[in-house]
Amino acid sequence: MSWYLSLPLILPFVTAIICYLLRDRAIGAWISVAGSALGLVAAGVLMALVLDHGVVAGQMGNWPAPFGITLVADLLSAVMVLITAITALAVAIYALSDVNARHGSLGYHALFQILIAGVTGAFLTGDLFNLYVWFEVMLIASFGLLIINGGKEQIDGGVKYVALNLVSTILFLMGIGLLYGQTGTLNMADLALKVQDVENQALLTVIAMMFMVAFGVKAAAFPVFFWLPAAYHTPSFSVSAVFAGLLTKVGVYALMRMFTLVFDHDIGYTHTILLWVACFTMVTGVLGAAAQSDFRKILSFHIISQIGYMILGLAIYTPLALVGAVFYLVHHIIVKANLFLIGGISQRLTGGSDVYKIGGLYKSSPFLAVLFLIPAFSLAGFPPLSGFWAKYVIVKASLDEGLWVVAFIALAVGLMTIYSMTKIWAEAFWKPHPDGIEPKLSALPGRAALLIPVIFLAVLTMVIGLMPDPFVEFATRSSVQLLDSTAYITAVLGEDAIAVPVPDLDDIPTTEILEVEQ
Amino acid sequence: MEPLLSILIGVLVAASVYLMLARNLMRFLFGLILLSNAANLAIFVSGRMTAGAPPLVPDGLDEPVGVVANALPQALVLTAIVIGFGLFAFALILAVRAYRSLGTLNTDEMRVAEPKEQG
Repeated sequence: MSWYLSLPLILPFVTAIICYLLRDRAIGAWISVAGSALGLVAAGVLMALVLDHGVVAGQMGNWPAPFGITLVADLLSAVMVLITAITALAVAIYALSDVNARHGSLGYHALFQILIAGVTGAFLTGDLFNLYVWFEVMLIASFGLLIINGGKEQIDGGVKYVALNLVSTILFLMGIGLLYGQTGTLNMADLALKVQDVENQALLTVIAMMFMVAFGVKAAAFPVFFWLPAAYHTPSFSVSAVFAGLLTKVGVYALMRMFTLVFDHDIGYTHTILLWVACFTMVTGVLGAAAQSDFRKILSFHIISQIGYMILGLAIYTPLALVGAVFYLVHHIIVKANLFLIGGISQRLTGGSDVYKIGGLYKSSPFLAVLFLIPAFSLAGFPPLSGFWAKYVIVKASLDEGLWVVAFIALAVGLMTIYSMTKIWAEAFWKPHPDGIEPKLSALPGRAALLIPVIFLAVLTMVIGLMPDPFVEFATRSSVQLLDSTAYITAVLGEDAIAVPVPDLDDIPTTEILEVEQ
Repeated sequence: MEPLLSILIGVLVAASVYLMLARNLMRFLFGLILLSNAANLAIFVSGRMTAGAPPLVPDGLDEPVGVVANALPQALVLTAIVIGFGLFAFALILAVRAYRSLGTLNTDEMRVAEPKEQG
């Protein structure tokens, strides 16, 4: 039994149960922190194992591979689990101050842990139907967290969030059914082999498009992102930070997994669509942000535009582009969760989240201003912060492929990101508060719990930015694994699973995308 | 049997899309439940229909004899029905809460969390 694969899943569930039983006491929040800390250790152990041994797989209940439920961790899964654990710990600490006793007794901490379990499960599973189940676990926990406050705003945002996400999961389910009908298997590694034998490749492309739409809704890609800016600014700040950091990234991860492992039969078609989706996602997201004035609404639209960069990495589908996508994924979770946490502190200090109605943060709390600048500039892609390297690799990859227009869009969107960040900076930080309030950080009750995660994530951003080498090298190894699925398949199905040599993936996509582009 | 069920799935999807295009939240939810049933049927048909051959293991053997029905899609559909039921129950309660606190089920009028209209 591979305990190291199931431990990152079991820990949050156990923590959730304890948190639920102790929901009426103040200690519940501390148990959530302790559980998240243990989860981080478990994720670290898994990461170390994957770095040492390559892809690790475990069969739940000891059913042999294509029949039972498989948990698999390759480098991408392992790093996503690790980054989930880091975000979970940061937000759990933040929640010590941010979540009041009423929400605690309604089961906030239990729901939060279940959400983390759902996200972790989605990253670790090697079975398509199991992925659907983890999506639902994640979804139902996020529903609860979203409307736990029960105010008009939350209900209003919740209706849109629930409705559109339910449609996407049903579409996903239908895609699973049709894919099963074509291949007779649900195990992802087995699928990767069986899809090659499907006679009707056109039908396979149709199924691939169903998955693309379903995951696209989850990832908030153009044109199906409307649920995100309608909902993400309504719940408490700790909830929206964990949503912003993790939920859409599960969609991106699922896209990356399925469209490298299973649906690589018609790259010229599917990945060209992804390319245009990525460009429109980047542009609409950043333009939407320019029109907003609410701190969190600006950031929500920026999630969308950043999702575009990750999908772009997947769409270009060269080793370098996938390096960029993986790097971007990791960097973005840290930065975006941090910006939402800072938004929460700024609302506490200034009493509002509309940037035109607040101000004075730079003069009264310069430390918070510095903490904001790090993730904000990283998001926009200033050297030497983490976002610069992420953007650099992706732009370089598109230039290598001769996709000049795409590279231009990516750079222009980066510029417009700076516009939004300077808007927050100029309004919320630079100008004096319109009501004459002096938002002093030292007067904030419970500030340690609010500041520690923010500082921690900002330091992480700095570390990635100043020492990018190990992270880029890691992303490179991970992209090699994504493009050559042999290791993944043999880890799940055994050494003799691949009888025929896998076609060389590196040569196919570049030329085909080029042709379409010209 | 398969063509008949396939047509039924198509009819269900068409009806559900029609319902989901409505502004009324309740009609949307009815569309949603039709769509989820269509998805369940799609999984069921994907597993190929085998009439009158339950996948039972005879006494003293380890596996069923001859051609039997595929049991996996039924297990999948069962799981999907249970999950779908839970989510739909939540969505219904949410609709009731939305009606109580927002005073409307018309989704066009649900604009509390949206930016104020200019001018």
